Amino acid sequence: MTQARERAHALRDRFIAAGAQLVKPPILQPADLLLDLYGEDIRARAYVTSDALRGEQMLRPDFTVPVVQMHMANGADSARYTYAGKVFRRQEDDPDRANEYLQVGYELFDGTNPAAADAEVFALIADAVSPLNLRAATGDIGILMAAVDGLDISDRRKAALRRHIWRPRRFRALLDRFSGRSPVPETRAALLAGNATTDAPLTGLRRQSEIDARIAALQADAAEPPLSGAQMECLDALLNVRETLPFALAQMHTLCADLPALRPAVKRIDARAEALSARGIDVDNLEFEASFGRTSMEYYDGFVFGFYAEQRPDLPPVASGGRYDALTRRLGQGQEIPAVGAVIRPGLMDELEGAA
Amino acid sequence: MIKLGVPSKGRLMDKTFQWFEKRGVTLSRTGSDREYAGAVDGIDGVALVLLSAGEVPRELAAGRIHLGVTGTDLIHEKLPLWEQQVEPMAEMGFGHADLVLAVPQAWIDVDLTDDLDAAAAAFRAAHGFRLRIATKYHRLVRDFLRDAGVADYAIVDSQGATEGTVANETAEAIADITSSGETLRANHLKILSDGLILASQATLWRSRVAEVTDAERAVLATLLDRLGAD
Repeated sequence: MTQARERAHALRDRFIAAGAQLVKPPILQPADLLLDLYGEDIRARAYVTSDALRGEQMLRPDFTVPVVQMHMANGADSARYTYAGKVFRRQEDDPDRANEYLQVGYELFDGTNPAAADAEVFALIADAVSPLNLRAATGDIGILMAAVDGLDISDRRKAALRRHIWRPRRFRALLDRFSGRSPVPETRAALLAGNATTDAPLTGLRRQSEIDARIAALQADAAEPPLSGAQMECLDALLNVRETLPFALAQMHTLCADLPALRPAVKRIDARAEALSARGIDVDNLEFEASFGRTSMEYYDGFVFGFYAEQRPDLPPVASGGRYDALTRRLGQGQEIPAVGAVIRPGLMDELEGAA
Repeated sequence: MIKLGVPSKGRLMDKTFQWFEKRGVTLSRTGSDREYAGAVDGIDGVALVLLSAGEVPRELAAGRIHLGVTGTDLIHEKLPLWEQQVEPMAEMGFGHADLVLAVPQAWIDVDLTDDLDAAAAAFRAAHGFRLRIATKYHRLVRDFLRDAGVADYAIVDSQGATEGTVANETAEAIADITSSGETLRANHLKILSDGLILASQATLWRSRVAEVTDAERAVLATLLDRLGAD
């Protein structure tokens, strides 16, 4: 443990040298904010405790949320932060995974040049873990969002898809329904035909007007033409992009012909590739996977990346990060600033070095 | 001594006693009605431990009892990675109960978890908080809803009278154990068509972690053979 701590401090000092200010968020975080952001899933991942005065508290499951909160409370200027400390994660499925471990992070708030900011964070992390010869994986949640927004479907359908970008199975089920690939459930058909009735009294908080509104929404949805096969193929092709960055970009540029709404998002990836290259990253051999990061916690909305030990597929990523512009908006009380950050797990670095 | 943990009261105890009796092993409570002591006749080297059905999973996982009778629901809820800690030896054919997800009958627009998810999103937008699901089976319900891709809900703890939480406006939906569905109907609730979270029944479990001597292992084998559960 002391070895990991020494390494954590060295990493932290490296980030301070890169211009970051050291911050120390408290271990106990108010549970309501985290619950509001992540939903019930966070309870499966974070330890919850409580007292009569402050109510439910969580042992911090990560640093990003408190750092963003602190930054936004003091205005939304440009800034760089670093931190080193423990995070706590409940483990209910795998006894071999640590339930408390050190994280060292770097968070960059800057709206002037997002591509350069992405590259700065990625390069800093890549450099810090370079002795371990890890495999870097990258992706971009923003291009998936752009694809959804660019489909010829109603705003309601777009909102439903956006909501489930992080739940690939549900996302697929929605697409199958919108494209007419999956049949309308019997009970849904009966409801749409006006054959679903009840004489049961309405109990609870959900009002009749809400039920009526949903039925109206379902009727409007049923009247909507199916998502075209061409767009569906285009989306599938995008989700399957898994190549080194230059080839991935070439494929995505091609897809722009069918789905022009992708263009701004692809251009952002172009700009990022240039910025990464300018930082000395070998982009020709950098992996890009359009579906990468879809099962992580749902605050990333742009660039996402992770560093993995290829010899140890059992281990979680040694380092990971991404862009979370929307999170600053959620926590900004009217303000927002583009932001990107990443964490390293020094304990895993020790473990891998010990094995080497 | 092989320790057999059995529910200490009610129908579950009576049915368990009958099940063993039918297989030539007589379980009985000794002493007064209020004393939780028991005896095993028909086989030597087995001791009866009477305890609450809810405590059987913990005792099995701790290896303090070798065998135990309790519902599948309690094992799955209370023991993460239960397969590594206990092994089901026999389904006993009683204590049938389903853990189900139920919503008000008047919600004619909600029949599938897919509908619940959409209703939850709209509910959150309209009310400013997540749709609440009352249950005592937090882990099972959360895992089920994650697999089903339901978002925008919150679990609220309910240790009893769960069916009443909707009318009391402390929850919008519930997840609870039902055998006949009568309590649900009486409270104007309906089960979602794909809302079966777990089908549970009384089951004989073997602890994978309890230590056994050679002599105990022989007794255990004989007992399980007698029970037709080896």
